[in-house]
Amino acid sequence: MSTIPKELKYASTHEWVRNEGDGIFTVGITEHAQDLLGDMVFVELPEVGANVAAGDDVAVCESVKAASDIYAPIAGEIVEVNEDLEDAPETVNNDPFGDGWLFKIKAEDPSEVESLLDAEGYQAVIDEE
Amino acid sequence: MANRTPLYDAHVKAGAKMVDFHGWDMPLNYGSQIEEHNAVRNDSGVFDVSHMTIVDVAGIDAKAFLRYLLANDVAKLTVPGKALYSGMLNEKGGVIDDLIVYFFTDESYRLVVNSATRERDMAWIHSVASDFKVTITEQPSLGMVALQGPKAEEKLKLVLGDDAFAPVAGMKPFMSEQVGDYFIATTGYTGEKGYEIVVPGDKVEKLWDDLLNVGVQPCGLGARDTLRLEAGMNLYGQDMDESVTPLESNMGWSVAFEPADRKFIGREALEQQKAAGHAKLVGLVMKDKGVLRHGQKVIVEGGEGEITSGTFSPTLGFSIAMARVPASVGDTAEVEIRKKLVTVSVVKPSFVRQGKSVLA
Repeated sequence: MSTIPKELKYASTHEWVRNEGDGIFTVGITEHAQDLLGDMVFVELPEVGANVAAGDDVAVCESVKAASDIYAPIAGEIVEVNEDLEDAPETVNNDPFGDGWLFKIKAEDPSEVESLLDAEGYQAVIDEE
Repeated sequence: MANRTPLYDAHVKAGAKMVDFHGWDMPLNYGSQIEEHNAVRNDSGVFDVSHMTIVDVAGIDAKAFLRYLLANDVAKLTVPGKALYSGMLNEKGGVIDDLIVYFFTDESYRLVVNSATRERDMAWIHSVASDFKVTITEQPSLGMVALQGPKAEEKLKLVLGDDAFAPVAGMKPFMSEQVGDYFIATTGYTGEKGYEIVVPGDKVEKLWDDLLNVGVQPCGLGARDTLRLEAGMNLYGQDMDESVTPLESNMGWSVAFEPADRKFIGREALEQQKAAGHAKLVGLVMKDKGVLRHGQKVIVEGGEGEITSGTFSPTLGFSIAMARVPASVGDTAEVEIRKKLVTVSVVKPSFVRQGKSVLA
C-alpha cells in the first residue's frame, strides 16, 4: 500500500503538486508511480524559464524498466529544477514526496490547482488500475 | 492460478514484488534490482530458478539421441559431470530452445531447459525420442537455485560445511557433482563465478534460508535480466526464437558442424544459411543519456535491424543492448529512441565479465 499525503494535489498521470506559496508549486511523481517504474536511472528535466501548458510532456523519468513521460499538471513557467537528480536519480525512488521532487512551476493561474485530484481522488485512480 | 515454486512463501516473506513470468509467480525484485545486481557483481546473490524444467534422459541410445537432437555435440563430453550449452533446433534451423546438458555416462544425461517453452520442448523431445531407445523423465519435484558472485564459493562452503563442500572445491566452470541431496553445477546466467544447485523441492527452502543467513542477497528476475545482458547471454523469446537460427543469434559457437558425418536436426538449413550469408546479433553501447530498449529500430550500413534486448547497465553506468542487424554493419549504428536518432557504438555482444567491463 503506497503513501498518498493528504496535503498534496495529484494528476491522474501520477504527478503530485505542492503549494509553496507566492504562486509557486513543486511537482514530483508519486510513490505509486516510482514503484511501478522501479529503479530510476535517468531523469530528464525541463529548462528553467520554459513556459508550459497543462498536459505538456516536460520531463522524462527513465527506469531500468521503462521511460515514462512526466506531464505539467498546471500551466506556468518552470522556475527551478532538481539538479541533484542528475547524479542521484534514485532519490526519486527513495523519497518521492521529498528530496525526489522534479521541478517548480510558477502558476499562470494558481486556481488551476484546485481542479486537480485530492488524495482520495488519486487513490480511486490507483484502485482502478 | 499461476504456478508457484517451493520458494513462493520465502519470497513473499523477504518482501518480494511478485510478477507473472510465463505462468509462474516469480519475484521481480526484493526492493531494488540495482542493489541486487551489484550484490552479484561484488559479493553474492541467489536466484530462485525452480521454475526451469529439468529433464533426465537415460537408455542405451541416450548419446545417439542427443547427438541428433542438439546442435552442439554431446560426444565432446567425456568427463562425468561435464556440462555443455546447446540450441535445440527445428528442421529449418530455428531455435526451439537453448539449454544446458549434463553428462553422467553415455546412457545418462540431464537437460535443463526454459520454463517458458516447457510444453513445446517436451512435445518435441518426445517426438524425436520415439525413434530411439531412451526414457525421458521430467523432474518437476526438484527445486533449483542459482548462487552467483565472486563470494559464491565462500558462501556455499559456509552453508555446506567443509566435508560436504570438499567434492566441489575448486571445481572448474561447466562441471557438476552430486553431493548428497544436492546436484551442484558451476553454471549460471550472470557472467560471474557461481553455482546452480538442484535440490528436492522440500529441501530448497532450507538451502535458501541458509544462504540468506550467511549474507547472500536474494535476487529477482529484474537483476537476472540486467546481469545476463551485461554478460552477453541470450534470453529465449527475446534474443532468439524459432524464427531465427543460432547463426543469427550469436550462438554459432555452440553449433558443432564437425564431425561432418554427424546428422543433427537443422544441420542442412544451417549449412545453406552459412553459405548464403545471414543477419547477426551484435552488441550496442550508448554512453549518452537514455536507455536502449527491446524493439527499437537500428539503422546500420546496408540496412535496418532491431534491438532484441536493451537495458541500463548498472555495472557500466550507461546503456547496452543486443540487436539483430544485417551482416554489413559497421562500427556505429543509429537507434531510433523516442523519435530521435542517436548514434551508438557496435561491439561484440559481451559487456561485463567477473565484475569488469570487457569493452575496449
